[in-house]
Amino acid sequence: MTTAAETIDPAEGNEPSYLSATKGLRSWLFTVDHKRIGIMYLVAVLLFFMVGGLLAIGIRIELATAPGDFVSAQTYNKLFTLHGAIMVFLVIIPAIPASLGNFILPLQLGAKDVAFPKLNLASFHIYVVGALFLLYAIVSGGLDTGWTFYTPYSTSTDTSVIAATTGAFILGFSSIFTGLNFIVTIHKMRAAGMTWTRMPLFIWSLYATSVIQILATPVLAITLLLLTMERWLGIGIFDASMGGDPVLFQHFFWFYSHPAVYIMILPGMGVISELVTTHSRKNIFGYRAIAYSSVAIALIGFLVWGHHMFVSGQSMIASAIFSFLTFGVAVPTAIKVFSWVATLYKGSIRLTTPMLYALAFLFLFTIGGLTGLFLGTLATDVHLHDTYFVVAHFHHTMMGGGLIAFIAGLHHWWPKMTGRLYSELWGKIAFVLVFVGFSVTFFAQFVAGTNGMPRRYHSYDSLSPAMRDLYEYWQSISSIGAYVLGVGMFIILFYLIHSLIRGKRSGPNPWGGKSLEWETASPPIEHNFHGHPICKHGPYDFDEIDHQGA
Amino acid sequence: MISQLLLAATQTAEQSTEATFWLPPGASTTSSSVDPLFNFIMGVSIFFFVLVMAVLAYFVIKYRKRSDDDKTSPISGNHRLEIVWSLIPAVILVVMFVWGFKGFINLSVPPDNAMEIRVIGQKWFWEFSYPIDGITVRKGEKLVVPINKPVKLVMSSEDVLHAMFIPAFRIKRDVLPNRYSVIWFEATKLGEYDIFCAEYCGDEHSKMTHTIKVVSAAEYEAWKVEAASGGDMTPAQLGKKLFTGLGCVACHSTSKDKKKMVGPPLFGLYGNTETLTDGKTVKVDDKYIRSSLIEPNSQIVKGFAPAMPPYKGRLKEKEMAGMIEYIKSLK
Repeated sequence: MTTAAETIDPAEGNEPSYLSATKGLRSWLFTVDHKRIGIMYLVAVLLFFMVGGLLAIGIRIELATAPGDFVSAQTYNKLFTLHGAIMVFLVIIPAIPASLGNFILPLQLGAKDVAFPKLNLASFHIYVVGALFLLYAIVSGGLDTGWTFYTPYSTSTDTSVIAATTGAFILGFSSIFTGLNFIVTIHKMRAAGMTWTRMPLFIWSLYATSVIQILATPVLAITLLLLTMERWLGIGIFDASMGGDPVLFQHFFWFYSHPAVYIMILPGMGVISELVTTHSRKNIFGYRAIAYSSVAIALIGFLVWGHHMFVSGQSMIASAIFSFLTFGVAVPTAIKVFSWVATLYKGSIRLTTPMLYALAFLFLFTIGGLTGLFLGTLATDVHLHDTYFVVAHFHHTMMGGGLIAFIAGLHHWWPKMTGRLYSELWGKIAFVLVFVGFSVTFFAQFVAGTNGMPRRYHSYDSLSPAMRDLYEYWQSISSIGAYVLGVGMFIILFYLIHSLIRGKRSGPNPWGGKSLEWETASPPIEHNFHGHPICKHGPYDFDEIDHQGA
Repeated sequence: MISQLLLAATQTAEQSTEATFWLPPGASTTSSSVDPLFNFIMGVSIFFFVLVMAVLAYFVIKYRKRSDDDKTSPISGNHRLEIVWSLIPAVILVVMFVWGFKGFINLSVPPDNAMEIRVIGQKWFWEFSYPIDGITVRKGEKLVVPINKPVKLVMSSEDVLHAMFIPAFRIKRDVLPNRYSVIWFEATKLGEYDIFCAEYCGDEHSKMTHTIKVVSAAEYEAWKVEAASGGDMTPAQLGKKLFTGLGCVACHSTSKDKKKMVGPPLFGLYGNTETLTDGKTVKVDDKYIRSSLIEPNSQIVKGFAPAMPPYKGRLKEKEMAGMIEYIKSLK
């Protein structure tokens, strides 16, 4: 039986880790080491996550009471636009693939780096340039179109739309480069013995994600380019008075942005597959079903964009087809949830901090998935479209799914990345605050939404008193939940920073993982492995599994 | 199975007008057809959520780590179970799809005998006109409709996208420039209900609300007579009402402090001479106000952007005179 001790020879342990192999700021900014690039992405993503989160707190303060008394309507519109744009383009899309994925993917494959290390570095540099454009848009007049840039509002507002679309355009290339790199790496650089069905499911999910990134992101680029030309040169493609079509923009936009929600959630699903197995000492239930359902979701996900447009005036037949295909995504998603739960059966479950987040993912993401049924169903979507129900639904999938999985994965691989352990006690305290805070925040929004409260409302006092009071009741509860959630997030930040300085050494394999990333030192050496690792078993072949007892 | 469920839906259809925890009071035939479907999906969702979470909780408690010597099962799948849990959701989802599509057709196709109201969405107010009776309802006034009569709203936008949303009727539709979109309802319950703009349209999006009032047939006839006569307002009073109703207040201040907003402040403006963007000057008189309403962007005062929508064809002669008198009275 292979154990971690076999491949990590203590005699070679004097080789410095990737963190101390070279020194100086330049050795980081111009590194081609996938681990350092992953760490730089991680720092950037966490920084923008904090900015986006603080913007959300600003929104929650405004909405806690019905009158628009905290900020002006213009400021509020900029707040929710920037919250959305930052969270989508700068946080959730790169969060798992570009930070955790960059770090872990080559290690799990037993490779020394990704296939194109310089392209990987270019991806990060492009990300920074794109982010600077978005920041420039903020300081040069802000952006008030919503992250969706719908025309003709986006072609007529006097805020900095061109700077923002240029930023999103540039960020798209960063995403494409990462996806391209991962696909080639997965195909060409797997360790000896690592067949496709011996790959950890995290790799499968990143593979599916990369396919979407490469195929869908160019469409966003073209769409944003057309929007820029529309604003700048007045070409009229989206302008009804010049024979264009404002709804065409929505088709183009969602042709990217619906697949993009799978860019945001599929990697999270991969993380969860790693965590429910490792922390319950069980093989995954239905490896092939989970792996192939990722690919199925990625492919069907390209054909459902029109479900964002059931009330836009698109044809009834189109709406019916999009509705049907949307349910087609629901089935593989349900299969995944059932498989994760079944994995726990007859395991030996450790309720570590990452495992708690994985279980929270199952709870919150299932709510996100089930509430999607109301929106995929045509007749009920008409009432719920553009209400707080939609807001709560996509936060359950994007944050309760994508970002909770990111936090789970961050806790799972933190010892691998830093060689340190964080405080389990503080980890659990923060978990309770995050889980309870999140649930309260968005449950309240579901109720406000089914009762008809529209989204993107700065104030809600120019309506009937009965509805105003009902909305105010649920919105104020939602705000309290958000404050609790915010406190939980800051606790995570503090104990993770604390662990860097004072944390106990973790050793190479604190969770007893069996995939290849656990067979090297924590933190890993610059070239990942001494010699060439050989994959001799599946990723979830844990020591505790009782093969005789079957 | 599908037909049975659909039958159950039609049987409960007439009872769903009370407010529930989730849904506001329903007040139309459309709410009566949508609500049972909503409740069905909610029931299915809660059932499966509780089931999955109960199994999850049971496993987490039962199979929690006891000791370092724990042995775990080598199970790695079960084809029969996997097929079952793929097919059951698939069947239920087909039911939802079919039911939802039927409901959607009902929401989208107005009956032939529907009474027509024309709707204009504009930043940031709604304007409703009854073509047969020549009545126009604007911001600050209620949209009055008769009970138990199908009403069709034929809508278009003067500027950006808007969306007509009446939660009590469970209906919503985007309102687009240079296109007509249609929505319909048949109110079944007297009372007043909120109308929202549901598609983000800029600064005052959240103020783009309106009230719809469902009245009896007799009350409706009486209201029509009164509304068509325009009441006994003086021209300046009518102008003031229009000034709010047409959304002018969002961009023009009328107070003594002459606060600068998107457009020029109107206090004490009448009779002044203003410089235009092309350097020419113009005296603010009846003619200038009139042309500014019809073709506002032909003579823009220096320091302002050409941002005002034209009201050509939207105001009757009496209303035009009212606007002029009102602006004249601001001093």
